[in-house]
Amino acid sequence: MEEGKLSRKDFLRRTGGLLAASIVPMSLVEIACGGRGKGTHEKFTFAFISDPHLTHIKGTNFVRNFDTGLNKAIETVNLMFPRPDFVVFGGDLAQLGKREELDHGMELLSKLKVPVKYVIGEHDYYLDMGNYWQDKISKLNYSFDHKGVHFVVLNSILTYDTWIKRWKTPEERMNEMARLDNPNGSPFMVGDDQIAWLKKDLENIKSGTPLVVLSHSPLYKIYKPWNFWTDDAEKIQSVLSKFDNVTVFHGHVHQVLYNQIKNISFYALMSTAWPWPYPESYTQSPHYIPKMTVFMNRQDPFHERDGTGWAFVNMDNAREEMHYKLWENKDRIVKYDESAGHPVDSTYQKPESRILPQTHY
Amino acid sequence: MDDRYTFRNRSKSKILFGICTSVLFLIFGTVSLVFGDDWDKSNEDKWNAAFMETVVRGEKLFHGPELGGNTVQCAMCHPNATNTHPETYPKFQKQIGKVSTLREMINWCIQNPLQGKPLAYDDPKMIALEAYIMYERRNSVLVPGKH
Repeated sequence: MEEGKLSRKDFLRRTGGLLAASIVPMSLVEIACGGRGKGTHEKFTFAFISDPHLTHIKGTNFVRNFDTGLNKAIETVNLMFPRPDFVVFGGDLAQLGKREELDHGMELLSKLKVPVKYVIGEHDYYLDMGNYWQDKISKLNYSFDHKGVHFVVLNSILTYDTWIKRWKTPEERMNEMARLDNPNGSPFMVGDDQIAWLKKDLENIKSGTPLVVLSHSPLYKIYKPWNFWTDDAEKIQSVLSKFDNVTVFHGHVHQVLYNQIKNISFYALMSTAWPWPYPESYTQSPHYIPKMTVFMNRQDPFHERDGTGWAFVNMDNAREEMHYKLWENKDRIVKYDESAGHPVDSTYQKPESRILPQTHY
Repeated sequence: MDDRYTFRNRSKSKILFGICTSVLFLIFGTVSLVFGDDWDKSNEDKWNAAFMETVVRGEKLFHGPELGGNTVQCAMCHPNATNTHPETYPKFQKQIGKVSTLREMINWCIQNPLQGKPLAYDDPKMIALEAYIMYERRNSVLVPGKH
């Protein structure tokens, strides 16, 4: 093991929660630059939990399966040693943005023994345009510094006013936005106001500083019919272009997905609720899934937690090494390859190394 | 033995019967052009419209809470009916433990993630779901038995 670098095995041993960790859908981000990188930050870890989609049925009843996913993630974070400095919540706490759902989610998350940094998802937003979230949970966009790393949280799920005004009631608007394959859907945006805020926020940050951007939707364009799409992605990418390297962690897509656009590495975090197929499995319209992405195995619906999962990142030399741990699926390690200039799957990148379920959808 | 030889050896009554039969065929043939086989483009349009109405009904069921007991919907895991693989049925379905049809798998999903009651296989709702799934997976290669 190199100095300042933590192997996955060592990491798991140190967590003291190996058994629990191996069966839990959550994401742990391990940052260990150890002075080798351009940044001067100390090692630290943060966990990442995303997309639990807690769903209210009636009274005090919620969909059991989705509660289980989030609870397992929370329990694992609490078992970790060393304890992560904080948890990033990646959005979509609620399914239909209801107060019952957000309250229920906050009650579950209150069991976490570390502070939480919140990112809002479209399912949390479109019932009341984020009012309850802002009152009770968090600001929609903000930034913070932690041990030498600059973090920016963006609200990437805004959309056009014309679409918002199209619906008669907040419930109708929420239901339309909640449907992934909705032909009436509208693409996401960060918006000009927030981009201006981002520019100002980054003004005095040195280009060598490790920059981590946290968003709900991917800050690039993958597939419009399912709204794996941020309309003003290029504008945001251009604001981030002055940094040596930038990592964007996002939720929303419920699958293993990674990309490199110039200086920016993008990694998707798993959902604790359910997996989504890759858009290329729907052949009726074109998609722009990054060519370098190796798909996760086709999930087995017999296992409630299959196709959901957890991951952690070892960030060395301000470059990330992503470890995906998937229920009933083989472990995956994706790391930035200097010669290729993009993240590479250490086992399955070559087409001849792929296993059958990765090519059948 | 050639046809002319056979013809010459038939009795008059047989010839008469043959003529009568031919006349009858001619009459019915002509009538059937008017009343018999009534296929034309408008029929095809009607049948296709009936199919598409069923698809639309299936799409609504697939995107609504009606089938389940916990508000969960088919489309939450299967946007545009992806990952349903109708072209691979019948096949061995692990959770059912035998070679199963798409209808059996639809019922498994209704009973488990959706916590609802199974549909009869000839329930119009079942047929509508099947129509929607098949329509969304149109042009897929038929590969029965493949996982």
